[in-house]
Order: sequence, then C-alpha cells, then structure tokens
Amino acid sequence: MLYLDIVRSPYAHAKIKNINIEEALATPGVVSVVTGKDLDAHGLASMPTLMSDKQMVLPIDKVKYQAQEVAAVVATSRYAAADGVEAVEVDYEPLPVVVDPFKALEDGATKVRDDKDSNLIWHWETGDKDATDKVFDEADIVVEQSMYIPRIHVVSIETCGCVASFEPIEGKLTLYMTTQAPHAIRTVLALVAGHVGLSEEKIRVIAPDIGGGFGGKVPIYPGYIIAVAVSFLTGKPVKWIEDRSENLQADSFARDYHIKAALSAKKDGTLTAIKIKTVADHGYTDAAANPSKFPAGLFHICTGSYDFKQAHVEVDGVYTNKPPGGIAYRCSFRVTEAVHCLERMTDIMAHELDIDPAELRMKNFIRPEQFPYSSVLGWEYDSGDYEKALRKAMEMIEYDKLREEQKEKRARGELMGIGISSFTEVVGAGPSKDYDILGLKMFDSAEIRVHPTGKVMARFGTKSQGQGHETTYAQIIAEELGIPPEHIQIEEGDTDTAPYGLGTYASRSTPVAGAAGALAARKIHDKAKKIAAHLLEASEEDLEWEQGKFFVKGSPDRSKTIQEIAFAAYTNHPQGRSGHLLRPTQLDLSFRLLHLCRRHRPGHGRSQDPPFRRRGRLRCSHQPDDRRGADPWRSHDGDGARASRRDLL
Amino acid sequence: MSTHSITLKVNGEEHTREVEARLLLVHLIREELELTGTHIGCDTTSCGACTILLNGRPVKSCTMFAVQASGAEIASVEGLATNGNLHPIQEGFTEKHGLQCGYCTPGMMMTTVALLKDNPNPNEEDIRWGVAD
Repeated sequence: MLYLDIVRSPYAHAKIKNINIEEALATPGVVSVVTGKDLDAHGLASMPTLMSDKQMVLPIDKVKYQAQEVAAVVATSRYAAADGVEAVEVDYEPLPVVVDPFKALEDGATKVRDDKDSNLIWHWETGDKDATDKVFDEADIVVEQSMYIPRIHVVSIETCGCVASFEPIEGKLTLYMTTQAPHAIRTVLALVAGHVGLSEEKIRVIAPDIGGGFGGKVPIYPGYIIAVAVSFLTGKPVKWIEDRSENLQADSFARDYHIKAALSAKKDGTLTAIKIKTVADHGYTDAAANPSKFPAGLFHICTGSYDFKQAHVEVDGVYTNKPPGGIAYRCSFRVTEAVHCLERMTDIMAHELDIDPAELRMKNFIRPEQFPYSSVLGWEYDSGDYEKALRKAMEMIEYDKLREEQKEKRARGELMGIGISSFTEVVGAGPSKDYDILGLKMFDSAEIRVHPTGKVMARFGTKSQGQGHETTYAQIIAEELGIPPEHIQIEEGDTDTAPYGLGTYASRSTPVAGAAGALAARKIHDKAKKIAAHLLEASEEDLEWEQGKFFVKGSPDRSKTIQEIAFAAYTNHPQGRSGHLLRPTQLDLSFRLLHLCRRHRPGHGRSQDPPFRRRGRLRCSHQPDDRRGADPWRSHDGDGARASRRDLL
Repeated sequence: MSTHSITLKVNGEEHTREVEARLLLVHLIREELELTGTHIGCDTTSCGACTILLNGRPVKSCTMFAVQASGAEIASVEGLATNGNLHPIQEGFTEKHGLQCGYCTPGMMMTTVALLKDNPNPNEEDIRWGVAD
C-alpha cells in the first residue's frame, strides 16, 4: 500500500511560479511527488464537474482558493507522506482575491476564471415577470426582506477518502471510496480517464459502510483522481484519506445564497405574488449536483404550500475565490433555501398585517379540492390537506394555550417565541424528462433473486449512508412477497454486483429505488402465481393471495406458501412457464475444458496458472447450463425480476 | 527520525514496541495494537472520540505521542467489559440509548468512567464539565 497526502495552497488566489520537489523526493519513504504538469502530460490536470464546468485536479499555473490541492506526495507510510508534504517548496505570487459575490459581479472585478469572460456563471429565471410586477402594483401591501443563508460545510463521521487499486494484469481498477453515487462515479471516471485506458467495464467502485454524506460525498474530489492516477502508474494500491481539517476547508460547501425577496398581499391576508432575486456563490467552479436543466436546483419550489397566482424568480450563479459550493445538504437540491425564504416572508407579512402566522398560513394553503394542483412555477402537486395537518399540529402543541402563556410572559417582560413553518419539498428525483446528472437520466434500479429456500438477495443502485436502506427496502419487498424482512439480504454500493443507479441524495432513494424494488417484487409475485397455479392444478384466476401464500378461492387449505413456490421453481418448474431460463435437454461433454484452460495468454507471463483457478476461464467451455440463466427468478434480459423506476415515469 | 523502545500496558496486557518519536498514541493503539474501538474524529483535540484512560485519567490520544505513554497503564473501550459482561457504564449507555450516531461513544464512555470514579454523584454542571474534559 502507498499513501497519498496533499500539499495545499495557503492563498485564495495566486500564481504558482515554481514547485520544487527535490527535497521532498529525498525524504525517506517518499516514492513520488505529483504536480499538475505531471497530470497534464496525461490529460488529467482537470476534470468536468457534475454541472459540466471545469475543476482542477492539480493546478498548472494558478490556485483559485485557499486549501486548494497544489501537489500530491506518495509515500510508503502516511507519516512519510506528511513529511514529504512539508518538504515541497511552492513559490507563489499572490493575486487579488474576490470573495464577495456582489463585488465579483461589478465591472472591473478580479476575474476568478481565466477561461471565462466574467464571474457570472449563469443567469436563470422562471415565472412571468410582467404579470408578477402587475400583481405587485395592484397589491394592498408589499413586504421586502434581504436574507443571507450562509455557506456551510457538512460534517460526516468519516472524511472523504479512498483506496485505489489498479491491477495491471487484468487492467482493472477497484476503487473503494466513500461515495453516495457509486455508479455515477464509475461513469464519470470512465469519461475523465477513458483516454488513458480506464474503460468503464474495467472500473469497479465499492462504497462500503458510510457514516453520513449530506451531499458532500456526491462530487469527485481531486484526491480521488490523483489516487487513481498513481495506482494506475505504479500498479500498487494507493490510500488517500483526508484529515478533518482538509475536509472542512476544501471539500464542496452548501448554501451561500444571498436572497432578496418581496411578498405581496391583499388587506385580508390573501397572498398574491412572490418575487425573489438571488445571488448564488458557487466558489471557483460550478460543482453542484443539480439537474442540468435547473442550475439553481429546485429553488422554484419557493411558492411552497400556498396558492400563489404569480411568482418570479431570478438566480445569478457567481464565481468567487472559494472552494466549490452548491451541494444539496439536508434537502432536495436548494429546497431548504426556498423554504426558508418563503416562510420568513410569510412571518414578516403576518407581522405586518397583524394576523396570527398560523391563520395567515391556513388562509393561503392550497385547498384539498384544488388537487391535483399546478403551481404557477410549474410543479404538479398530487394530493394534500395542509390545513388539516397544521390544525392537528396546533392541537397537539395546544397552540392557543401557548399563545396565552406567551402573552402573560411578555406582560411581565419575559420573552417567549413560537415558530411555525410548513414546507412542501419536491423529492424523489426524478422524472427523467426533467432530471439528469451530467446527462444521465435520473432513474434507479432494483434486482431481486429468490433462492430455492425462499430467501432473498436484493441489490439496488442507491447507497445508504446510515439512512437504513437495509431495513426500508427489506420491508418493501417483504410486504410485496410475504417473505419476512429478516430473510431478505439487501446489498448496495458495489458497481460489479448492483444494478445501475444514480445513488442516494436529495431524498430520492425510497421513492425511486424503493419503488423499483416494489415493481421487481410484483413481477416475481406474478411468476409465483403461475407456478402456484401449476402446483395447485388451478387456474390463476381462481387463486387468492394472502401475505405469504396463494390459496384456491373457497378452499383455504389448498395453498402454497411463497417458500414452497420458490423451491418448486428450482425443482418442479412447469414447462413453458420459464421465459428466462435455459433448460438443457441433455448433458454436455465438457472434458475439453482442461485443454482450453491451460492456454497461455500471450504477453501476460502467467502461463503457470493452475487450470481451474480462475473462474473467468471456465466460461470458455460451452456448457449449456449457463450459471445465470439457471436461476429462474432472476432474468438478465431486463424485463423479468428487474425493474426500473423509469417504468413509472 | 529517532525511534524508541516503549513498553506500556493496555487493558492489562503488556506491549513493547519500537516506535518513531512522532508516532501518535492513537495510531499506536489503532494500527499497531489493532484496538480500533478508539476513534479519531477531528484530529484537533476538540471532539473527544479518541479519549482513553492514561493511568486512570481521561486523555485525548490523537494529540499525544506514543512515547509519552511509555510505562503507563492505558484503558481503552475494549477493556471495559469483563468476562463477556458489559461494564455498568456500557449498560447505562445502552439502557438510555446514550448516543446519537455512536461514533464518539467509546470516548464518551471512557470519560464517564473517569468522571464517576472521582465523583460518583455528579450534578448536571459536574457532568457538563466532566464530558468536556
């Protein structure tokens, strides 16, 4: 194992005049020092972000934020790597720094990016501006407020890190890493490093148990790419684990929204329109994980649970000399920012109109009879009864009594606050027509196998970080198949075994992958019914299902449990009912196999392999009994026990 | 880098190791002695996940050198249970679900053991100071 440590910039913006690695290379234990120029020789000095912007892996001439990666030291121990980091001498020429996004937008501001015309990354707006202005002109009352939702950093139990292990004989990279989206990472790696020979089928990403991600483990950080590159070049496993201090300084941030909002209403408290202008500080590159269609994420959910007739939202994404921002912490993309803005404005309006904030909310909630409801900014709401929910909450906390208590306390000079907030969050990204990550449509997948004894292995394209997918998914499948959850093994996070999925973030796993699991389970349920009908010598129409078994209508004693059906599927499968199963009619003569397996693979120097050691080569026999096909519960043609959430969308 | 031979007792078992002067105690415990119950949270002496008892006193092992512990008796979370029976502190944490994510719980338990040894009946303020120690 080799260990990687990173030299970081003390400046937020500086020219790199020289990097002297001589002393570092002479440090005991140091194997090599990697700079941007080294990576550039392989076309790896920069990589695309998930928003198709450009992010440096290691800089060639300039650093753009404090704690940015400048060079990497590879050594035989983590202590030796840290020694090497100390010994790298970097000669910087500090440059003017811009950290205020409003100043960054001024004429003549220091330009953060040499490859761009200005610090404005994008301008995005939605809603009808003229119609909204007209409503404001006619309003009885208008309130305005500026608010800043500060830049924050997520803190998961373990920092980011990986072990990159490139095996030169097989030409295969195994990357153990703390990622929320293993399959997407694999695809991005193939796109970033395909030209140096890392092809997607030769990349295996394994995300083991993760202690929290909060959006911070969606992006690809330079350390991952450097570890992969070093392992690729040395053929040795390379371990990179950030310190907490590095994690907090340099990995992607969330929030950083400067919001100016205005809310209009009639005298009676009917809210009529909302206008929002936001400056979004994205740091030196736009590395958020938003759908490409929505650069400000789902911020336009800002009309929330209220029936607005008009709304207009503008967002300017801005470059500054800071680490990348824009990750989706604790919400679907940018929903927290939207909810905070709207609820703050609603409270200000209640105060201004001297109406109880609960009453004002109730007056403006979308009414149950309005569902399905189309919001003025384009969201489809399926159902809800918001007033009932708020009334229930108020009863539970005895709202009226609390108000009395507050009154009494205030009368004697004691302060007491009561806060109310409601929100409508869009989750479950998402419908593929609108949602993607780097063009990859946002679906998710489940694959379920039922073993002969009626136990289940189910794999998903998501990746739990402590949310308890193992419990949730097992309960969903248990409900559908009548198999106890404790007999259902859930696996995620290994791209060689799990079906492709977009990962876990933005509150999407249960509604998307969980639904895929339910759909796959229903397909199995349908197959089980066919087998049950065969075993019970009844027609499918005559069978009824109760949790865990099929029985013949009117004869509850004539039944087959799901476990019996599973066993029968392997032992007594009815002819003509196996759409995805190869059933050999005679044995194959396979002794030629020995001969084939002793074959020497030219150029690999591995002629000494014992003949049966490698399963991969056993496949060169022509056995009709294909291993995968022999499992009737698992179809590998895509329409059997697998289901994709796309089916629903 | 100079190396030193150190001998220390961890959970009653004596260990002798040749270590670099700058090896952190927590790395000795986790990586040399393979007692991974002691966790590293912040690496800046702030969080206390790495707390062990050094001669009965709670110490954050991420900011102490292994050589400083030479000759000392160390207790880590692995030493709390005896003969398969949980320590009363472990039972208490279990009973009251005294954890959130659980990561710093080993450190919290070691700190609590030390606190209660000195002060078996602490009030809230004593506890607040104790766990912040």
